[in-house]
Amino acid sequence: MTYIDAIREAQEKLLGEDDRVFIYGQDIATFGGAFKATKGLAEAFPNRVFDAPISEDAMIGLAVGAAIEGMRPIIEMQFADFSSIAFNQIVNQAATHFYRTGVPIPITVRLPSGGTPGSGPFHSQSMEGIYAQYPGLVVLTPATVSDAYHMLLDAVALDDPVIYCEHKFLYRWLKAKSINGDHLPIGQARISRPGKHATVVAYSAMVHEAVRAADRLQQDGWEIEVVDLRSVKPLDLDTVLASVARTGRLLAVGEAFPWGGVTAEVIARVTAEGFHLLDAPPQRLNARDTPVPYHPKLWAAHRPTPESICDALRRLLSF
Amino acid sequence: MNPDFLRKVFHSMLRARILENKLSSLYKAGKIVGGVYLGRGQEAVSATLGTALVQGKDVFAALIRDQAGRTAFGEPLIDCTRTYLGSVEGPMRGRDGNIHRGRPLMGMPAMISHLGAQVPVVAGMLFAKRLKGRLDGVVGATCIGDGATSTGAFHEGLNLAAIEKLPMVVVVANNQFAYSTPNNRQFACADLVERARGYGIGGFSVDGTDLLACASVICEAVRRARDGAGPQMVVAHLLRLSGHGEHDDGSYVPTALKGGHYGRDCVEVAIRQLVGQGYADVDEILAWQEEFADEVQRAVAQAQQESSPDPYEESWTALSTTFPSHL
Repeated sequence: MTYIDAIREAQEKLLGEDDRVFIYGQDIATFGGAFKATKGLAEAFPNRVFDAPISEDAMIGLAVGAAIEGMRPIIEMQFADFSSIAFNQIVNQAATHFYRTGVPIPITVRLPSGGTPGSGPFHSQSMEGIYAQYPGLVVLTPATVSDAYHMLLDAVALDDPVIYCEHKFLYRWLKAKSINGDHLPIGQARISRPGKHATVVAYSAMVHEAVRAADRLQQDGWEIEVVDLRSVKPLDLDTVLASVARTGRLLAVGEAFPWGGVTAEVIARVTAEGFHLLDAPPQRLNARDTPVPYHPKLWAAHRPTPESICDALRRLLSF
Repeated sequence: MNPDFLRKVFHSMLRARILENKLSSLYKAGKIVGGVYLGRGQEAVSATLGTALVQGKDVFAALIRDQAGRTAFGEPLIDCTRTYLGSVEGPMRGRDGNIHRGRPLMGMPAMISHLGAQVPVVAGMLFAKRLKGRLDGVVGATCIGDGATSTGAFHEGLNLAAIEKLPMVVVVANNQFAYSTPNNRQFACADLVERARGYGIGGFSVDGTDLLACASVICEAVRRARDGAGPQMVVAHLLRLSGHGEHDDGSYVPTALKGGHYGRDCVEVAIRQLVGQGYADVDEILAWQEEFADEVQRAVAQAQQESSPDPYEESWTALSTTFPSHL
């Protein structure tokens, strides 16, 4: 069972169990989606899985209208990057609707996110921080096969608009024997790897890079705790603070661009709420401040890697 | 032409005109915070559309100059005065104002300021009704201006509605100006209705100052959509008889245009038509004016007496889901 299998299975379950659910997106019906996340679903569920025109704005507009009518649409953006075209409908229409009118908008927007080698500037972006900035959205970033499955079910069950950031690098690389898992509720972080010398807060694909870095540092005797945020909004500060209380040191790692964003939010909140817990200045590690480059050599050096995370941790540990 | 229908349309035109004159006065007296946007000059178009739709079944996504259409569709005047005056009892509870109001569950989605954005929302409401097996005989409509036809949202939404053959009517009120920008800086085709052919949908062009013409053309478009002919676009030609908002004196509108055919007041034209055809008499119209002025006065007075929102009582949450507070 891969990460993308889990996403497909969750959608199959949702379509089978809830008449209000339908899926709308580009190339998702007969073709089964650019990444095959909806493979076979159009055949199994006639008139529930629809191809959309290349109109991201209208796709979300349609979903908002359908949600007003009581449906629970899942919208597949072919790539997270293209959701910039739908930005207005997401942040101004869907996200403001409950506050303004009292009518919730239960839509789930699936964003195939993050970089893969050779994908370049427009098929690699991580947009969770952008959407988390806006009131009225829930932003999820599953890092495990089990979370990919359960959090998609949870996303559709929520009455609010959910930005579900699924990482393309994890699609086929990440495998699990089953999708059981601990099924933590939305908004609760998980300790992916316990430790006591420093805390790495990460989410999505960066959880796995952080665990690799922690494994390497273990050879030098360091025990690094890795916290998987799972949901960047809401943000589980309690779990992060409890970890920092144990370790005294914090590194926040994200794949998004470095100005602002999730890692900055984590650092700001921990500094404000847990300054007394810190034995060293909290650090953050993000992608570089350029568009995501095409060439695999450049791409690998653009995002945080186990090497760069190890370097950052060593500096943090030597403070 | 059905006289009862025309009288109903005219009632909404007149109610809206009287209400909006009052809103303008309240704004100028400093009683309304934020903007006031009038539908003056667009009443015949808007009220005809609202009257041709059936509340409880159809969808009407009104835009900024649709007071007459909102009234015709069944929105009570008090929804308007409460929203403009910031009453906590209104549908937006002080969280949004003026024309940014609606009752989505009653088929009246609340517009956002980004023009064209309501087109796919109406399409989505119709799409959902189809999935639920409740689309038979239903129409969804929205009004937009000439300026909004330049947006990507308008194009994406209308194209999507055309692909899905949804029973949708999009009325484009070409009032010659998008804020201050004239038609010749907005589009290059002779008549915006030419675009309908490109979308593969029905297209109509009508004199928006002429009640009888509006009633004939807009009703035909609504009928076709209702009968399964897919989306219909109606381009109504008129002139905005106010500024963009009441903060704007519209001094950029050329005098020749104001004195031209589209500069005529659709309410005055409607009175001449109704009286001329024997559908109403002058005394009757004067009585309606008095009755509606009284309704407006009461709606304003009631909203003014009601509480404004209390920041200390406000929930300050944009989500309907309650997550643990520490998150």
